[in-house]
Amino acid sequence: MKKSKVARGYFLNTVVIILLFTAFQILTSAKGSQGSFKLVLIPSIWQCCYLMVLAASLNLVLGFMGQLSLGHCGFMAIGAYTAALLSLACERAELFEGKSDPAFILVLFSSVIAAGLMAAVLSLLVGIPALRLKGDYLAIITLGFGMIIINIINNLPFCGQDGLALGSAGASLYKNGLGFGSKAKVQFIWFALLVTIISLALMFMFIRSKYGRAIKAIRDDEIAASASGINTAKFKVMTFAYSAFFAGVAGALYACTNATLSTSSFAFTNGGILNSTFVVVMVVLGGMGSLTGSVIAAVIMFLINYEIKNGQWVSALPASLSGIFEYPMLVYAVVLIVVIMFRPKGIFGTYEFSLQNLIPDIRRALEMHRTADAEKKEANGNA
Amino acid sequence: MPDERVPVLETRKLGITFGGLKAVSDFNIRIYPGELIGLIGPNGAGKTSVFNLLTGVYAPTEGTVILEGKPLNGKKTYQFVEAGVARTFQNIRLFKQMSVIENVKTACTKDIHYGLFAASFRTPKFWRAEKAVTEKAMGLLKICGLTNEAELPAASLPYGKQRKLEIARALATDMKILLLDEPAAGMNPTETAELLACINTIRDRFGIAILLIEHDMSLVMNICEKIQVIDYGQTIAFGTPAEIAANPKVIAAYLGE
Amino acid sequence: MNTFFQTLIVGLRLGSIYALVALGYTMVYGIIRLINFAHGDFIMVGGYTMIFTVPVALRLGLPAWVAVLAAVVVCSLVGIGTELIAYRPVRKKGTNMTALITAIAMSLFLENLAQAIPSIGPNPKVASQIFKAGGIHIGSVTMEYTTIITLVLSAVVMLILYAFTQKTRLGRAMRCVSEDKAAATLMGINVNSTILLTFGIGSGLAAVAALMYMAQYPKVYTTMGSLLGLKAFVSAVLGGIGIVPGAVLGGIVIGLVESFTTTYISSSMADTFVFLILIVVLIIKPAGIMGKNVGEKV
Repeated sequence: MKKSKVARGYFLNTVVIILLFTAFQILTSAKGSQGSFKLVLIPSIWQCCYLMVLAASLNLVLGFMGQLSLGHCGFMAIGAYTAALLSLACERAELFEGKSDPAFILVLFSSVIAAGLMAAVLSLLVGIPALRLKGDYLAIITLGFGMIIINIINNLPFCGQDGLALGSAGASLYKNGLGFGSKAKVQFIWFALLVTIISLALMFMFIRSKYGRAIKAIRDDEIAASASGINTAKFKVMTFAYSAFFAGVAGALYACTNATLSTSSFAFTNGGILNSTFVVVMVVLGGMGSLTGSVIAAVIMFLINYEIKNGQWVSALPASLSGIFEYPMLVYAVVLIVVIMFRPKGIFGTYEFSLQNLIPDIRRALEMHRTADAEKKEANGNA
Repeated sequence: MPDERVPVLETRKLGITFGGLKAVSDFNIRIYPGELIGLIGPNGAGKTSVFNLLTGVYAPTEGTVILEGKPLNGKKTYQFVEAGVARTFQNIRLFKQMSVIENVKTACTKDIHYGLFAASFRTPKFWRAEKAVTEKAMGLLKICGLTNEAELPAASLPYGKQRKLEIARALATDMKILLLDEPAAGMNPTETAELLACINTIRDRFGIAILLIEHDMSLVMNICEKIQVIDYGQTIAFGTPAEIAANPKVIAAYLGE
Repeated sequence: MNTFFQTLIVGLRLGSIYALVALGYTMVYGIIRLINFAHGDFIMVGGYTMIFTVPVALRLGLPAWVAVLAAVVVCSLVGIGTELIAYRPVRKKGTNMTALITAIAMSLFLENLAQAIPSIGPNPKVASQIFKAGGIHIGSVTMEYTTIITLVLSAVVMLILYAFTQKTRLGRAMRCVSEDKAAATLMGINVNSTILLTFGIGSGLAAVAALMYMAQYPKVYTTMGSLLGLKAFVSAVLGGIGIVPGAVLGGIVIGLVESFTTTYISSSMADTFVFLILIVVLIIKPAGIMGKNVGEKV
């Protein structure tokens, strides 16, 4: 009985994803050239895609394994630069001509995989020494590692702080290699969605297997985990690398979305939406230990950020209030503190959304709420 | 008369020193398959330290732990478990945020051999292993009387059941010897009686050796065949419950001289 | 040889600033096992306080450094406020990691709040001269007055702090709470107020560090504390976190590494070397140079 329920869940998810995907493709081919669809919606989806993968990948380490990593954007930077450089090299080697060349699709996929692998391999350099230590040190070492990575990329002759330039300063991603313009973004939106869906699915499979059980055990009690026969060091390093792999993949998607790369976008904190702290905020809001929560939080945070920057209502607010929104990080900091104070495991905690359980779960939650209310009323009545 | 059988667990001159303090010294024990041995001693005698040495949580400063003739020097805790030593903890250490059955499945490390590929693409091998592990875990929960609580979070169990879940989790490792650290601590008489029954079932069903630390004297005297008494990290007596009860050294250690 | 001595002096000066900040980290970590990420931002708070108080001190005919007294008070209050408003409630409910995330959030909050306050704003402010310019020449090596004052002042502050923790009743209470909170309570020590005292003193030290930093680099900006704080924390970990002399040693080591890397290798690689040293030390000796390895009780 249980197995059939699992199978039904897989079937339902697959069907819904394929339907949505096809519907979106049809919509894209019909409306692809229209203004706001092409200039606002599609780029937003691209951004959401890499934010979702990024947040989910950090949740593996932060939420499921219970280790605070503060250099996650460093791995993303590695992925972005690897993918960009690889695609540029392929372009120089004349392996493909322009983005409509079928060979380009091959280059695209290999760039993404190479980005993930490079990030995973480099994560071992920091993971193997750092994960032997207790949690607090990992935070500091990963934070330092994130800085070192950016420092090193800045000092590489073919990368650099002022954007990626190979040989001539003008070789931006936009003209060569990755770096999609608005037309190419529409053309390749299937690619972004496909990579995101596959990445998220792989992370789900990881969590719902012996690996997920092992790292959750490590989070709950490391000594008991090793006394249950779990090689904690191996699982920690492996999960760290697995998480870095997907951060690298997110980096590759980022490289596709942007015309130029600059290391300052991957720093620990900066004014923009992309930094290691912001990723932590997404994971905490979505719930430490809920992958679906991370995905939803990534979209919500993107929307909030977008609204703060572009929304009409912000400028319509009285000056004293709209002033606050000039510093979105201030708002996020307060939100983070409040959420941690009242829901230490994040808004959704470890609850996972699923299509087949959503309605029964909501019904159950409402019922519990109602009984709690009734009990309260009864208690008041008695008093 | 020397015993011909190979002991399942043996220690030779095992000892550990914490910054000058000899917590355990010259600890020798031989446990044969199917035996139930009690380890007792006054508070702070070093009982839990012995357990930590026997499971690789502490590395000994002297001596060796030998499992079925193979020394385990320099091995990590998980390797002790692989070799066949499982334990419970004095202060319960469950995976609190996981469900009861997941707690048990987590410890089934010897039954699962699929790799990252099989897990990622859900191959038949994955499903077979997961099914087998689920059945095994349900079986163990049944022995410990936790079938109805399988899907609940471990932290929501009452105290006595948490202790039993810890035993079920230890059993999942397919051990040859089970170390129980004060399994009856904090239990009421009914719960203790249930626990006793559970321990007996386990011994009969799995034919394993059990080493038990316990403060509840009546429990130890009732079920243990042999008892080893330690005080200040040193063995002061070893024998049957009747011998131990009559041993003047033991009485002196418990009552103070 | 001259370059060598000059680099050594710069390293010592930088190191003593790191050491002062590291003391704040180490004291707080010692007592509540929390990396107070906001500690670096207390330096920024001290810096801005002095931006406003130095002119006042000068107008009253006092020397500029008197302004540091106001900064010490403000920083201590901010530190105590942070503990009361953010850390204490979270510590009661959450785990180590939620406390750590709160600390990061607090750091973000302070940095961005400073930017949002109109009279501070996101642009750097230039500080006025605090100590007398010039210096003593020994051969061809120059010791600036600022350097001398920095070295002497930090040595004095550290000695006072050491004497305080070792000889006074409050200092003993602090050490007692960091060893065992439950036992401290039984001994009649008020744990909460001891933690507050620790926050107060640690944050006050950040203000002194801000004075020395500004004497050398007369510029104040909202994110000035983040990298400085991070390196100071690295110093504290390097020396052995929770150990007062360890923080001093770690600070000096990091200062020297940074100044020698800058002089002899490349200024842009200095931070990389600082973190590499940390990683190497932690691999060899996980508890830091002066730390003792303590396992978890089972």
